[in-house]
Amino acid sequence: MADNKFAAYLCAGCGLGEVLDFETLEKVAKREGKMQVIKRHDFLCSAEGVQTIRDDIANEGVTHVLIGACSRRAKTDAFDFPQTPMARANLREGVLWVVAPGTDHDEVRQEMADDYIRMGCAELKKMAVPAGNPDCASNKRILVVGGGMTGLTAAIEAAETGYEVLLVEKQAQLGGWAAKLHKRVPFREPYAEPQDTGLAELIARVEAHPKIGVHLASTLAETAGAPGRFAVKIATESGAVTQETVGAIIQASGFSTYDLAKLPELGGGLPGVVDQAGLEQLAKAADGGAIQRADGQAVNSVVFVQCAGQRDETGTHLPYCSGHCCATSVKQAMYFKDANPDVDTVVLYTDLRMPGMGEDFYRSAQTKGVIFTKGKVSTVTAAGSGCNVNFRDLILNEEVTLGADLVVLATGQVPNSGVNIDLVVELATEEQASGDQAPAEATPVATPVDLPPSILNLTYRQGPDLPQLKAGLTDSHFICFPYETRRTGIYAAGPVRRPMDMLQATDDATGAALKAIQAVENAALGRAAHPRSGDLSYPIVRLEGCTQCKRCTVECPFGAIDEDERRFPVFNESRCRRCGTCMGACPVRVISFENYSVDTVGSQIKSLDMPDEFSERPRILLLACENDAYPALDMAGLSRTLYSAFVRAIPVRCLGSVNTIWITDALNSGWDGVMLMGCKRGDDYQCHFVKGSELAHYRLSKIDDTLKQLSLETERVASYEVAITDSQRVAALINDYAETIKRIGMSPMKGFN
Amino acid sequence: MQALRTTGHQGIPAVAARYRNNFLKEVEAHVEDGEWVKMCMQCGVCAGSCPFGPHWEHPPQEIFMMIRAGKRDEVLKSDAMWMCTSCYNCVVRCPRKLPITQIMHGIASYAQELGLAPKNQPTRDFSIQFWNNCTKTGRVNEMKLTVGLYFKDGLVSGIKQVMNMLPVAIGLIKAGRLNPFELISGHSPKDQKGIAAMLKKARAIEAQRAPATH
Amino acid sequence: MAKKEYAFYPGCSSQSKASAANLQTSVAAMCKTLDIKLTNIPDWNCCGASIAYAGGGELERAVMNARNFTLAAKHLPGQDIVATCAACWLNSRESKDKLDGNPQMLAQANEALKEAGLNYQGSAPVRHMVEVLIEDFGYDALKKPVVKSLAEIKFAGYVGCQTNRPFGIAGESFENPMYLDQLVESMGGEALTAYDQKVTCCGGALAFSEPDKSQKQIRDIVEAAYDQGADMLVTPCPLCQANVEVYQSEINRKQGTKFKMPIVYYSQLMAVAYGSSVKAAGLDGHIIAPTKLQQIAAKK
Repeated sequence: MADNKFAAYLCAGCGLGEVLDFETLEKVAKREGKMQVIKRHDFLCSAEGVQTIRDDIANEGVTHVLIGACSRRAKTDAFDFPQTPMARANLREGVLWVVAPGTDHDEVRQEMADDYIRMGCAELKKMAVPAGNPDCASNKRILVVGGGMTGLTAAIEAAETGYEVLLVEKQAQLGGWAAKLHKRVPFREPYAEPQDTGLAELIARVEAHPKIGVHLASTLAETAGAPGRFAVKIATESGAVTQETVGAIIQASGFSTYDLAKLPELGGGLPGVVDQAGLEQLAKAADGGAIQRADGQAVNSVVFVQCAGQRDETGTHLPYCSGHCCATSVKQAMYFKDANPDVDTVVLYTDLRMPGMGEDFYRSAQTKGVIFTKGKVSTVTAAGSGCNVNFRDLILNEEVTLGADLVVLATGQVPNSGVNIDLVVELATEEQASGDQAPAEATPVATPVDLPPSILNLTYRQGPDLPQLKAGLTDSHFICFPYETRRTGIYAAGPVRRPMDMLQATDDATGAALKAIQAVENAALGRAAHPRSGDLSYPIVRLEGCTQCKRCTVECPFGAIDEDERRFPVFNESRCRRCGTCMGACPVRVISFENYSVDTVGSQIKSLDMPDEFSERPRILLLACENDAYPALDMAGLSRTLYSAFVRAIPVRCLGSVNTIWITDALNSGWDGVMLMGCKRGDDYQCHFVKGSELAHYRLSKIDDTLKQLSLETERVASYEVAITDSQRVAALINDYAETIKRIGMSPMKGFN
Repeated sequence: MQALRTTGHQGIPAVAARYRNNFLKEVEAHVEDGEWVKMCMQCGVCAGSCPFGPHWEHPPQEIFMMIRAGKRDEVLKSDAMWMCTSCYNCVVRCPRKLPITQIMHGIASYAQELGLAPKNQPTRDFSIQFWNNCTKTGRVNEMKLTVGLYFKDGLVSGIKQVMNMLPVAIGLIKAGRLNPFELISGHSPKDQKGIAAMLKKARAIEAQRAPATH
Repeated sequence: MAKKEYAFYPGCSSQSKASAANLQTSVAAMCKTLDIKLTNIPDWNCCGASIAYAGGGELERAVMNARNFTLAAKHLPGQDIVATCAACWLNSRESKDKLDGNPQMLAQANEALKEAGLNYQGSAPVRHMVEVLIEDFGYDALKKPVVKSLAEIKFAGYVGCQTNRPFGIAGESFENPMYLDQLVESMGGEALTAYDQKVTCCGGALAFSEPDKSQKQIRDIVEAAYDQGADMLVTPCPLCQANVEVYQSEINRKQGTKFKMPIVYYSQLMAVAYGSSVKAAGLDGHIIAPTKLQQIAAKK
């Protein structure tokens, strides 16, 4: 460290100078923080203030910079020194704006500011500039899996943007589900009539595009590697295998229709009953003429049964709404009305869901005389050569039987997601537990027969396909990050991600194409993908300390870590999202990032000037997720929402990165309480790294033992789920917790370090 | 109870002609603004917005559904539409912009025309009295209208109602807002003959429209 | 400001000794101050009101109004037609929309009008007096002639239905129109803007045919005014005025309440603010005397 020169720049602007004692701050930075250069500026983020720092770096040999000013989330354009490690002591949002004004609070306010300076100095000393990913690769070709509407759109969008595309389709021809449609739901003004699918034109464009290569009747036999260097084996039906390298993958494997045979109560199997796919077939055959049943019988009355085998709460059928089926039935009712207005068409629905401009389409159908009836169908039975539909009219509140020549069941979409890897991992674990210490396989264990074939055949340690969110759908974060999956550089688009209509699928395809382009560009530069886009740090492991416990490889939410033959972790930096979950998981603490490590946080925890047990000035450590909780704290400051001056907040990348050593260290150093604030976990999680907050919760469930060992109250550690909008709530939580600490008293663990 | 009706469809046995369009088509042809009925999307905002909502045997939403379900008699004989106060709250709130007030008036009027409207429905009676009153000369004679209304159920009940409202009536007369002499002669336009001829012609034109089915 | 001239459609209830005679009295006083010249449409007839639907068909009701429009266009060319009665305004406008938007109905209407020697070929717009005040004058201009402040009176603005729906005053919401409150404030009165029965139906014509159901509505309207501490209600609608005023004694008799809430027209409070006497403002035409307003009017 001989060449290092640490400098602290303290800003007295934004009112800080009037309220804080800067001489004390400077003294702390110098004596305790051991800063070699200390400068005070009245307007540090001004061009002139920033220039001072630049000059010091350029001319004075300053290697590390502490900014004692506003939150690390503010003025990021001004305080941007990419080659210099930088820590930020949050004196504005974290102290000035949240501690009660007035001289009564001068002492606690100043203590808080002093501590943030101490913590910033401590953090800074442990930081280094990330050297960058040594393993970056720059293949920018995009592989599209699936040649339906979604896949074709993704391919053409990526190709038109200038990227090479490989398109792999299982069938012998392109088109997928769209090829089976007579017409599609309108997607252009006036949204009144069924429209041509436009598929033929799209296929022609794809086939003619010089940047797109198409593999028909092919599947992926193997997918290995990482963004920028995926190695894929494309197998044809005949068994021939081609090896290709691609930079990113878009999975547009589409959906299958729900099996009619599973709906005997709704007449599945009767000659007068078809699903929507079956009706498309009949409409295609009629080609604008009178639609007949498959057995040739004329249709004078048709009833559409919505939500057939969908939105099922009994657990028997699909639990979700497939989104497109209402509009599809409206369209199909129009097939009949357009061919012959005298055909009676009744749509039985419980809630008609017509997203987008669907309302116009709905009105158009009403104008054509399609009858819409709010009713819940109980059974469909054979009656003569037709059917009886038995339903409850939900408006007129009576049981009704309605006869029809043809009944169309609006069944749902079943995603073509491949293997449910959670199921495979469970099986693998069971097998391992029953087996006699057999070494774990790097690839998944034998797949039971009833599992569907894999789509991607990934060689990843964590299984061959994309992790599924729920109901077999490969969706990711339900609010913020469409297309993202838990496999970096692989994006899901279309109905495999979530049920959707064709218009949404084409939008989805475009979005996924852009994400894939981002991924290959970031991979080429060794930068992280979303949500820490641009981050050059990556996990560094000190293998000599590793005990091969496999926690990191199992817990990585993104499947970035494989294992070598000796069961040591193998990090695929390009797959890593830099959440630090591995770092939080590691019991021997051998995983770290250059700018974020067990030490950068641990040293802050230990840097405090801890008041004694009788001071009545407790210290509360707040580990706050940088994605939602820390911004919420900043916003509390922005709105001048006051909270206890006894709290000291440290941002973390994700609660998943919290290593329990930080908590034990804090308690051992005399902190009176530890608060953890992270994102919502569970099925409707909001964790930006999907599993981070859930893993943290699991790890924390074990902390009670530690507390008991230390003879401490369980209240000394508390965790909270916080959303970015909770700016008022975070303040209230802090204040409530401060009250709790007051009630249970100061920690007896002071003065031992 | 299963509602079962017969139909001639493709050998389907005795099952509903319900949810066919026959009555809907009749309404579209004969009811003022009837072509809007099919556009209802069953949200129920009309029912929840009606000041007389609780008094409707079937709120507008249900009436629309009953028309689509082919319940001709139940609709036309219903007391429901006669509850409309013409406040237009449903009209301005209807997300589908259905002229619900006008349709309710139209259905009531059609039921009246067919002789299916409930007998002794007070609003029906008042409506007809009002029309007759205002078209007799061309302007409303409020005194005659009031008296006619109170005595429509006979002398005894009329006297009773008059006695109840007598202080009010006297108050109005004192305030110069009710004129007992209107019983003898009231305001009227000069060209009563022209108005009568004009209305007669209009009625004749309306009667020429396609006659009611069924 | 130059004199403004309009073809006036008074409607049946505004005739002398009819139920809204005092509306007409106060409108005349208000118009005099504002230099508005209202000329009655010669030989006008009833609009048919809303309630006539079961007696008269669509076409019959439309020709009744078409006759008025034709007479206005013939005798008062170029002048906007102005109504003070909510039902007159609504039914006229509704008929005019149908006639102007439906060629078949127009042809049929003219066939009938021919019997009265008339031919409808379009007319000037049909407007409510409140529209004239707000659009042709504006609150500031309406404030100028004020000579007496109404500061001591708390008014609950009861807009009712047909002045408000389905057409309403441009720029106002159906759920919470503010113009009545703004008119009150322009005259220096206190507008109880939190009055929550502003657009509740009084029962309309069904006050006669369904008295119990309507009186429940009227009770809500009056009670809420008491809740707000109102001195009186103010309304633009003659039927609202009559129903709410007339039936309070019935409600008192049947339900033991002690309602005595005066209800006046906006034009009455404007006339008073402009300096009219009790008589000129039509304040002698009430069953429940608006005492506070009368006192101000009586003050020299």
